[in-house]
Amino acid sequence: MLEINDIHVSYGAIRALKGVSCQVDQGEIVALIGANGAGKTTTLRTISGLIRPYTGTISYKGQDIIKLPPHQIVNLGLSQVPEGRRVFTRMTVLENLEMGAYSRNDKANIKLDIKKVFERFPRLEERKGQLSGTLSGGEQQMLAMGRALMSRPTLLLLDEPSMGLAPMLVQEIFSIIQEINQSGTTILLVEQNAHMALSIANRAYVLETGEVVLSGAAQDLANDPQVQKAYLGE
Amino acid sequence: MDSIFSMFLNDYYIQVLTMLGIYLIAALGLNLITGVTGQLSFGHAAFLSIGAYTSAIISLKLQLPFVVALLAAGLMTAIWGILLGYPTLRLTGDYLGIATLGFGEIVRVVFLNMKITGGALGLAGIPRSTSLTMVIILVFITILAMFRLENSRFGRSLIAIREDEIAAEAMGINITKTKITAFALGTFFAGVGGGLYAHLIQYLNPQDFGFVKSFDFLAFIVLGGLGSIPGAILGTTVLTLAPEFLRFVADYRMMIYGLLMVFMMIVRPRGLLGGVKLSRLFAKKKVQTTGTSASGGAN
Repeated sequence: MLEINDIHVSYGAIRALKGVSCQVDQGEIVALIGANGAGKTTTLRTISGLIRPYTGTISYKGQDIIKLPPHQIVNLGLSQVPEGRRVFTRMTVLENLEMGAYSRNDKANIKLDIKKVFERFPRLEERKGQLSGTLSGGEQQMLAMGRALMSRPTLLLLDEPSMGLAPMLVQEIFSIIQEINQSGTTILLVEQNAHMALSIANRAYVLETGEVVLSGAAQDLANDPQVQKAYLGE
Repeated sequence: MDSIFSMFLNDYYIQVLTMLGIYLIAALGLNLITGVTGQLSFGHAAFLSIGAYTSAIISLKLQLPFVVALLAAGLMTAIWGILLGYPTLRLTGDYLGIATLGFGEIVRVVFLNMKITGGALGLAGIPRSTSLTMVIILVFITILAMFRLENSRFGRSLIAIREDEIAAEAMGINITKTKITAFALGTFFAGVGGGLYAHLIQYLNPQDFGFVKSFDFLAFIVLGGLGSIPGAILGTTVLTLAPEFLRFVADYRMMIYGLLMVFMMIVRPRGLLGGVKLSRLFAKKKVQTTGTSASGGAN
């Protein structure tokens, strides 16, 4: 579904990605794990068109998307939940969800999808008239995910969904990610919390200083002594 | 045309109120750019001057009707808004502010050195076509237009850009195009305001559109509350009328004006009506009856 081939990205003189390749197949949960500064977020931002690589190819459903601006990539069904959630703090929960459906024009279905989001996140419905800046971190993460779902993505890109959340909430968010996946959305997950990520992913890639150093089935990686030592703290 | 007003207002007040109307139109334009979309512009007076000179030259040299001159003023200004916006709107915050400040100075110097604008001598003999009645009508049209804009899909995308550009982009908003459109619309109203100004004062001099004037407009909308239509109206009204009504303290009036602003920023840092939306003012009742918890917009 998504194929990334040998992308190189630099920030000025700093080489952030040195030839990253990976692929995501329909229906999967794929995790990108690695330490701070490994290039996980950069990879995600490159996919969604926010950063342009100087070489390499990215194709989505067979279409080359590397030259497309971000808003067109969203229209192709590729939606991103950015790092740090980035909800529109001075808009209400409901308005945030409506913003998520910005690329769509079918009003009736948008209403239906808002209902679905509220079914998935009952806490958001309770707070739908509240300014989203007043929500807790976990609720904001739910809102960011709900907002991304409003564009009816076929591939959802999640950037550090566990960031800054209490362990209980992390559990909850990850089980929701699994639910979203089971209802037919493919997921590419970037996560520092390797333990959680590997527990729900089908496959994973381990990034280290801008390169893929390991890849394979999530289960195998979780049992790999090298990964355990470096990322799982065992 | 203003005979109704002259029955109970003297010429001085008519002049002040007409000027207030013109400032309202221009300030609402800036509010769209800086308040709603969050793009700092220090060059609003320059856009006013482009509209003023365009309309004046059309009236003087081509002798076309005032409506045509006004419309041309708006369009010409919007074109320059786009020309400036295209390269600079990729910048954010302070950087954009500095770029627009530079643009404003360039425009002033260009007008100072052009032949058709009369250079430093200024452009005189512009017919007095602007009337209070007309300005009032145009103010209402502007408010209505801004209100419709703010509550449209396009308006929501502007607010999203102000709130978080990266998130807005992730929602599928074409950031550059949206910002430039907002800039074009905002400068259009500045241009119309400039056209009205030219045909009220009847004399144009580039020095009247310097940085200080740009800053005045920014002060109007900041005092009123960025991004709020009622705020922009209130801020403009207070700051336009205050120097007039403070005339009795003569030399101290600018000092009082300054103190007023400092005091304001301490007491209400987000402006007099910061966060107040026209639609929410009206919608409050409806929201309560439908049982949705009312956020009210204000904090």
